[in-house]
Formats: sequence, structure tokens, C-alpha cells
Amino acid sequence: MTRYLAGRFAQALLVLWAAYTVVFVILHVLPSDPITLQLSAGGADISQLTPAALHDLKDRYGLNNPVLVQYVHSLWHALHGDFGMSLTQNVTVGSLIADKLPSTLELTAVALPLMLGGGVGLAYLAVFVRWRPARTVLARLPAVGVSLPQFFVGLLLIQVFSFSLTWLPATGSDGWRSLVLPAVTMSLIGAAMLAQLLTRGFDDTWREPYIVTAQAKGLSRRTVQRRHVLRNACLPALTLLGIMLGYTVTNSIVVEAVFSRNGLGQLTQQAVLGQDVPVVQAIVLITAAGFVLVNLLVDLLYSLLDPRVASAAGAG
Amino acid sequence: MSTPPTAAAADAGTPGPTTSTSPPVVALAGLSVAYRQGGQLRPAVEGVDLAVTPGETVAVVGESGSGKTTTASAILGLLPAGGVVTAGRIEIAGTEVTGAPERVWRALRGTVVGLVPQDPMVGLNPTMRIGPQVAEAVRRRGVDRRLAPVQALEALERAGVDEAALRARQYPHELSGGLRQRVLIAIAIAGRPRLIVADEPTSALDVTVQRRILDHLAGLVADSGTALLIITHDLGIAADRADRVIVMRRGRVVEQGAPADILLRPREAYTRHLLDVAPALSHAGRVVPARAEAPPAPEVLRLDGIGKDFRLPRGGAERTLRALDDVSLTVRAGQTLGLVGESGSGKTTALRIAMGLEQPTRGRVLLDGTDITGAGWSTLRPLRRRFQLVHQNPYSSLDPRFSVARSIAEPLVSYRIGDRASRAARVRELLDQVALPAAYATRRPTELSGGQRQRVAIARALALAPELVFLDEPVSALDVSVQDQILALLLRLQNDLGIGYLFISHDLAVVAQLAHSVAVLRGGNVTVLVGGYTDTTGPARVNQALSLSRAQAVAGYLLRQGVPAARVRAAGFGSAEPAGDNRTARGRAANRRIEITLAPPA
Amino acid sequence: MPDKPVFATATRDRASTTVAADPVAASPLACAAAVISAEVGLIGSDAAGEGAAVARRRLAAGTRTGRLARRPGFVLAALFVAFVTLSALVPSLFTARAPSETSPTEKLRGPSTAHLFGTDELGRDMFSRVLHGSTLTIKAAGGAVLIAVIAGLAIGVLAGFFGGWVDSLLMRVVDVMLAIPILLMAMTIVTALGFGLLPMAIAVAVGIAPGFARTTRAEVLRVRSQAYVEAARTGGASWGRVLLRHVLPNSWGPVGVLAVLDFGAAVLLISSLSFLGFGTPPPAAEWGTLISAGRNYLITSPWLALLPGLFVGLVVFSLNHIARSLEEVQR
Repeated sequence: MTRYLAGRFAQALLVLWAAYTVVFVILHVLPSDPITLQLSAGGADISQLTPAALHDLKDRYGLNNPVLVQYVHSLWHALHGDFGMSLTQNVTVGSLIADKLPSTLELTAVALPLMLGGGVGLAYLAVFVRWRPARTVLARLPAVGVSLPQFFVGLLLIQVFSFSLTWLPATGSDGWRSLVLPAVTMSLIGAAMLAQLLTRGFDDTWREPYIVTAQAKGLSRRTVQRRHVLRNACLPALTLLGIMLGYTVTNSIVVEAVFSRNGLGQLTQQAVLGQDVPVVQAIVLITAAGFVLVNLLVDLLYSLLDPRVASAAGAG
Repeated sequence: MSTPPTAAAADAGTPGPTTSTSPPVVALAGLSVAYRQGGQLRPAVEGVDLAVTPGETVAVVGESGSGKTTTASAILGLLPAGGVVTAGRIEIAGTEVTGAPERVWRALRGTVVGLVPQDPMVGLNPTMRIGPQVAEAVRRRGVDRRLAPVQALEALERAGVDEAALRARQYPHELSGGLRQRVLIAIAIAGRPRLIVADEPTSALDVTVQRRILDHLAGLVADSGTALLIITHDLGIAADRADRVIVMRRGRVVEQGAPADILLRPREAYTRHLLDVAPALSHAGRVVPARAEAPPAPEVLRLDGIGKDFRLPRGGAERTLRALDDVSLTVRAGQTLGLVGESGSGKTTALRIAMGLEQPTRGRVLLDGTDITGAGWSTLRPLRRRFQLVHQNPYSSLDPRFSVARSIAEPLVSYRIGDRASRAARVRELLDQVALPAAYATRRPTELSGGQRQRVAIARALALAPELVFLDEPVSALDVSVQDQILALLLRLQNDLGIGYLFISHDLAVVAQLAHSVAVLRGGNVTVLVGGYTDTTGPARVNQALSLSRAQAVAGYLLRQGVPAARVRAAGFGSAEPAGDNRTARGRAANRRIEITLAPPA
Repeated sequence: MPDKPVFATATRDRASTTVAADPVAASPLACAAAVISAEVGLIGSDAAGEGAAVARRRLAAGTRTGRLARRPGFVLAALFVAFVTLSALVPSLFTARAPSETSPTEKLRGPSTAHLFGTDELGRDMFSRVLHGSTLTIKAAGGAVLIAVIAGLAIGVLAGFFGGWVDSLLMRVVDVMLAIPILLMAMTIVTALGFGLLPMAIAVAVGIAPGFARTTRAEVLRVRSQAYVEAARTGGASWGRVLLRHVLPNSWGPVGVLAVLDFGAAVLLISSLSFLGFGTPPPAAEWGTLISAGRNYLITSPWLALLPGLFVGLVVFSLNHIARSLEEVQR
């Protein structure tokens, strides 16, 4: 088991390194000229610079070095937690991110339970509600939730709950009241996907032959669902949960833009708008790290919940 | 003992309990079940009457689609989605339960009627330990939560699970198929039901395991006075263990009676047919190649000391798996070599090596005396025209997007033989050879039955007019009645076209019908080679013993095949592993083993 | 009706099986004459039960399109997607007004028969702007899916067909790509390539291609292991022929479903990107840009942002529904 753990951990690090490399390649080697990109983003107008001044400027950002040297340099620094200076704001990328991260984590911390509750609740209702029309509606609901654009949901909630009913603030990031609408918006897609997956999982598991064995013992529907269906149907949902958690930053981009919240998502949007390469690079790396870490945890949890995985891991 | 032991037949099938007056545990009266499909009701079971009295063992025999499994599900009130009882009554322990609410059914399941499901590999919850799964059934008897684990262990032990305490803490995937089946039996007996329904309880298991488990189940039932309803497709299994056999076909009961009557004096043509086709003979009995007296012919293919090791994925003490050890086989022109073995015996590996789809670790493959071992695909390609393959499963061996004609003509296209018109003519000719109407040329595989698909696959293999056709279990995916027709076709094609066959099967009986010589593979080695000129030591024994009723079926079969009675010899002895109770007549009958030998023609 | 002759065959089967069921005729060891008589009686067909099953299967296969057509949800969704696609190609078919035509007298009007989606702060007709916006969005989404399908198919087929180290390498790359969320990956590429329609299309394509590669590989592996591929090989077919005639046509189903599904995802992504301000600069307006502009008037004129948003949601929902229906029918 320890060998399995070590192996998975090494694999995770490898994926992280590869992700960093992919992003570096995209940002530095693609046909667009990273120098002009970075310099113009820095507020300088290239046409007004003398060649000597341009050279000086490039020197300052280490852009005169070969790409490979730049890559090793930035990787080395990233390993030490140093992502360089932001091009648009005169602070380090690290401090920018440290500044914005708490707000986004706060949002996620509220959205995640909402998503879990919504998804699982909906799936359970779909299994146990007997009245056909309600069943149909419940079955269709997740599909609608998955299709609605996040910004539309956010704006709709603002229109209804802030402007029409004036129950909750539309924007800002102070107090729990301002957290409600963004968190609901953020949890909606995840909840819908979770409900879809779980409903399907329940349906499929109820058709498994071992359910017949359980029913033939004379167990009630409720007992069969609780003791035999739930755990087996939950396994795929766990993977989804990991992905959703790993996508925290991505999820927050649109939500924070709609609700004007000052978090990591908004930082990402501004960095891309300002073509602030170091910031974008750092955010992608952090997201990938989160994703890889959460998936590592999910894998471990999987081997706890599914004995087949555990024994395969033990052998491998 | 001498020729067909008819005297023993009577005490083999002891039809005792039918005369008893106790009320039946289960009584079906004119039961009809249908499945809802696209707004229509498709009948699956029609007007079935069936009663099982306490302590009685009843076997329902039928092919797939005969409605036997639906009948079993109806008795448990667990019809699959869409299934409805359209007529008749189901009575369990004297209470009518037709259309009863789930609550009523639930009270009966487990404690009155228990189930041993079909496939042990998928019948247990994969994420729950064995112990609690059995304990759930124990608790249905009202056993206290703290006592349930102990009683679960007891049930496991009674079901023949060794080291029950250890097994109870394990998960299903850590157990072999046979052990899982025993666990399922433990679950069924844990509720101490008055009737156990065993739905094809062992068909997914290896032959030897199958027999042992069935014997154990029969023994358990006999001890506790529980009634047993065995659902099976194998008349041999049914006859061995049941007090009464019910033959079903297309949702209706065809015939029922004591096993001896069914075996020796079947009234219905269909029952005789079931007796004739494979299962009656399969897995046990002597291999007597039907055409062992054929004259020697030049050899086409020879496997010479073939061995094959597979590298195992890392971990474990042994790094390689020896699939084949030292196998030498010869296929001769226009003749059939049968290659028989259970799953895992290496027969498929041998075939793949012979076809050049896999490389042997040791040994040589000779085609017409030329060494083709290790030849690449392009070297082999011109040779491939001379040997073709028919797959096991006709449902996956035809591209669903290809019409019949396109499938058959594909080898011709691949080898650029002929033009469009000549290929079409060849397809018509081939369709005719495999007895399919020319109009079938435009059909797609989904519009064909399994047997028809296999005919198409055979036609495709014949397209290049090969000298040798490899038949990889060509009938095992088909219904028994269809199997027979395909075998007849293969026989006729060989006579007409003079093709050599390498026929692979797990079923001795099937092979015996076609082969000039037979090789039995076990553990990667040829253990028995009989037939034709290769047979110098006389027919060897493959399976040591048959139960009495099975021996009767075998002997009867041989006689019906026109073998002179003087050649059929039977010898009786006791079983090395007694399954039944020697104190009762039925137990003694079950323990008796007979060996049938076929004397050489005078 | 294609099923009629099939039922005729089925009844013939029923008659012939009684011949086959006769043990003497059916026994393979019986004399050749009996075998031939059984063969003649059978005309290549088997048990009657099987024949009936075949008839049912044929009925099911023949009406696959029919089964789709009988689903009102599918028909509605297909009609709506057709309408949106058509309006993306020729917007003037459905609206006479130019999207940039301002009308100072008709500022911020609510939805009415004259202006289905109302008018914006310059009096421009929102319905016309949404339809003309679909030209941009659908084009970008379509382009993205096209690039992704081609790239994903190529990677998936290479990996699935060749296996070995090619497979390992390509799949590790795909794994890495999947570790970066699609939206973030797209934003990274937009950072490198600049704003506008083409960068967005490329960005979204890079984001969804790994999923395609995965699905294609799985399908190719599935089909490759089918017995009919081996049958074709032993029948002398080259790998190229096997790939073109067997593997690709039989892999297409799930890949096609994913393409429809990802078209919806691409629409969502491109709308999100343009909502965040990475799209084509004004006055050209994709759906996302329209909604982003409309949110400034959310208090007074909510339709400006919400109706285009609802429109996007409907398009995505329809595409998802079509994909799901196709998947269900294929099963």
C-alpha cells in the first residue's frame, strides 16, 4: 500500500510538472510574440522605444535569454514558491494570490455543501418520489441545470432576489448575506451534474444482479437502497466531486465577475485582460496543483470505499 | 454390470414424495407471464401448472427462452421490469400471492422461499464483506443483531465454505467462483426457507466445481427437508438430482415425470431431442470419435512441441504463466482434429499460435512441412488464404455495418480476387453451400439469428476455398437445437469440399460427433489423444465416472446412434467423493458411479 | 413495411423446426440423406423463437429514426437547433432589422411584437442582435468542435490503434491537458493569442480535444478487440483496410454523440469567454458580449441581459437533449 501511495504521489508530481510545462509552452513559444505581449501589457509602447531601451527592458524580464533558460529559470523559482512580478501591478504574483485566495476559498466553502446537498437530495427524491409527474420533473431538472450558463443564473438571481425582492445584496464581499447568491450560482452546475450522475448510478445499481440477491433475502426497498445501492452508486460521484473541487478557481471566474467579488477568479479575468503572463501562469499552476491534490485524495478515498480497488492497489 | 442397467433405473428416480398429502410449498396454476415491450405484451410463460411439495426436488429444464427463469422469478415475486402476471395464480405456503403488494412478498422472501441466483460472479455486493451479507439473511428470522454473525458463520459452514470465519471477513472479489456460489447458497439457507429456488445455479462455473456444488446443495436440502426447485438447461443435471423433471419449451410445459421415465422413455419429440443434443453427454463420459476409422490422409498442419509462456503484470512470485507446456498436434487433409479442454486449458492459445496470431515461446508450427513459426503478417498473408477461422461468438464476429454479402466477400476483396460480378456469384454460391437463401445477401447481422450468423461466418471462412478451417467453439454460443444444425452443416461441408478442421471445444460430446481424432488439453499439455491411427493404446478414460442416470443417458445415446449393444459395456463402482447420504436409497443411488466403455468392434 | 417478409420467414421457421426437432433428422450422426432433408427443411434458419426475436430486432433497427421522430422533446430540440443554425448562416431570414440600426425614439423598450427581445440603450433591436450574434458564436463553436474532432480523432486513433509506447505517451499528454480545467486552458491560450473569434475557437478546441481523444481511443480499442476485426485480419485484410472499413465506421457512434454534447459545451464556453470580455470588440456582439453589456441595465431593463441568456441556455439544453436522445437510441 505504501508503494502504491508513493507511486500515486510521484505520478501527481509528474502531472503537475507537465502541466506547468504545457502552460509555459503555450505562453512563451506560441507564434504570438511574448516580448511584445509582456511589454505592451507592462504599459510600454514599443514603437516609442529605442532599440537600446527595448533591450534593457527585455533584460529586466530575462527575455533575452534562450527560451529553455527562461523555462528552467521560471521552473526553479516556481519550485521555491516565487512566481515573479506581476506585469500590470507592481507587486509579486505570490502576494497578489495570497491576497485574493481567502475570498474565493470562503465562497467555495459555502458552495460545496450546497452542491452536495442539492445533488444528493435531488437524486434521492428522484428515486423515492412515486408520483409520476413529479418524478418526470425531477428527472429533467438536472439536465436544465447543466445547460444554463452560469452568468445567466447569476444575473437572474440578482434580478429576482436583489432587485425585485431586495432580500440579498447583489454585489460586494462583506458578510454572509453577500455570499448567498454567488454560492448558490456556483453550486448549481455541480449539483445538477451530481444529481444526474447519482440518479443514473442508482438506476444502474438497482439493475445489478446482487440487488436481486438482496431482495430475495426479504429486505425492504429502503434497506436495499441504504445497504447495497448507495455505496456502489456513490463511487462515480466521488470522482465528479473531486473534479468540481479541483475546478474551484475556474468556477469562481464567472461567478466573481457577475457578483463583482474580489477573489482569485476576478484576478484571473483581469490578468488575462491585461495579458499578465506571470499571473496567468501562476494561477494555472495553482489550479492544476489543487486538481491533482484533490484527485489524489479521491483515489485514496476510493480505495477505502471500494475493496476491489484496494486489493488491486495492494498487488500493483 | 452389463449393458443398459435398466433395473437400476427404477431406484434412481424414486418418485416417492409425489404421493404425499402435505400441501405444496408453491403451487402455480395456469400461470402466464408477459413482458411489456413498446406498448405490447410479449408472452414469456403460458399456462404453467407446477407444484412443489415439502422436501421434494423438482427440476425445470429448458433452453434459453423457454420461460424457466421467468417462472422462477415469478415464484419470488421478483419479475424484471416490465414483467406482469397476465393469468393464473401463484400460491405460496397455502396463501394466494398473485398481484400481492410488495409488503406481502417481502415477508415470504428469504424465510419461505429462498433463491440461489444464476451467476455467482455478480450475485454478491462487491463492496460489502461476506459475513454481513449472510447475516442480513439470518436477521430475517428475527435473530438478534449480536447473534446474527455467529449464525451467519454456521450457515457458511453448512454451505460448505471452508474457514468460514476468515471468509466472512473477506470481500466477494477475493473468493473463487465456486466459493461465491457457496456463499450464495449460505444466504439462501440462512433464512431457513421451506423452498429454495436454484436458478441455473452453476452454469457459470467449471464442470467439476459445478457437480460438487450441486451435490452439496442436494445433500443440504435432503437433510433439512427443504424443497428444491432447480432451474437448468442441462437435462443431465436435472435427471441426476430431481424427484421430478419438468421440461419447458417456449413458455409451456412440454412434459413432466420421474427422471428415469424422462431419460429412458421420453414421450415428446422435444424431450428426446434435448436428450440427444450435447448436454446429456457433455463434460463426462467417454470420448469416442465418431469417425475414428477413417483412412490416414496427408498432414496439413503440425504443431511440434509448442510451448507458450505469458509474462504476468509485475508483482507476484511467478513472473510468467505457462499457458502451453509441450503440445504436439497434427491436422490432416479433409479430416477433423478435435481439441478439447476446459476454460484455461490453453486450447485458445494453441489455436492462436496455429493461426500465427500469437508467437510460441518454444516449438514449431509447420504448414505443409514448411516452418511458419515467427513469420510476419506479410509473409504469412499469402498462406492465410489456405487456412481460415470461424469464431466462437457469431454475435461479434460479423461487422454490424456490413451486409451479409459484403461480409462474405471481404476476404475476396482483401486478396483482390475477381471483379464485382464474379464476387457476387461466389457469394451466391457460398450462401447456397451454407443453406441460406440468396435473398439474405442484403441483410445485416442484426436481422439474423445466431445460427444464421454462424452460417454467414462459415461462408466467409470458405470464400477463399481454404484447405483448413479453424473452428473456435463454433457452436457454444448457440442454443442446443441450433448447435446440431450447424454441426450437421460442418459435417456436410467437409464431405463435399474435403476441408480439414481443427475443432476447438470444451464439450467432448460436440467434438466426438465430428472428429476423426481427439486431443484433450489439460494444464497446457495434451493428456489424451485418441482416434484414428494415433490411437494405439485404445480409447482412454477422460472422466472417470458418471452418475447412474447420466450413464443411462450415455448408454441410451450410443444405442440410438446405432452402436451395437454388444460394444457398450458398463461397470459400476462407488463414488470417491460421496455426495448423498448412504443411509437412504436416494443417497445411495446418487453415490453410485458407472463407467461406460465402448469395446472395439469385433 | 419492411417487417412483413420477416414475419413470413418466422412462420416458415416454425414449420421447419418441427422437422428439425425430430431426433433422427436432427442427429448429426444420422445418415447423410437425413442431414440433407433437415437442411432443406430449414433453409438456413433456426429455431422459431429465434426467428421471432430477429423480427423484433429488425423492427427496432428499421425504426431507429422513427423512434427519434416519435420523441416530441427530440423533435422540438432539433427544430430549435436547426433554426439557430439557419439564423447563424442567414440571419436576415428571420429578422428584417439590421443589428446596428439605432432608433433614438425606441430606447430600452421591453419585449413586444415589434421587438421580440426588446431594444437596448441605443434603440437597437435585441432579437436581431441575438440572431446576428449567433453567426459569430455558432461559427466559433462549430470551428472549435471541428478542430477538436479532427485533433481528438487523430490522437485517439493513433493511440488506440498502435498501442504500446505511442498510446502511453499520447494518453499521458491527454491526462495532463485534462488536469487543467477547460475554461482556464482556454483563457491561457487567449492570453497568448490575443482576443477575438479565432483565438477563442482555438482555445476552446484545445480545451475539448483531450476528451475526444479519450473517447475515440476507448472506442477504437473496443472495436479493435471485436471478433470481426480479427476475422477481417485472418481473411487477409491489411490494418489500413481494417481501420477504414471496420474500426472508424463502428467507432463513430459515441464520438458523434460527444461531438453534439461538446458543441453545447463550446457554445457555453465561448459565451463565457466573451462575457468576460475576451471576444470580438464592439459593435460586433456575440451572445456573451450582449449579456455582459445588458447587465448594466439589469435594474431597469432586465430583458437586455436575461433574454439572450435564456436563449443561450435553450441552445445548450437542446444540444444536450439531442445528444442524450442519440445515445439512448444507439444503446
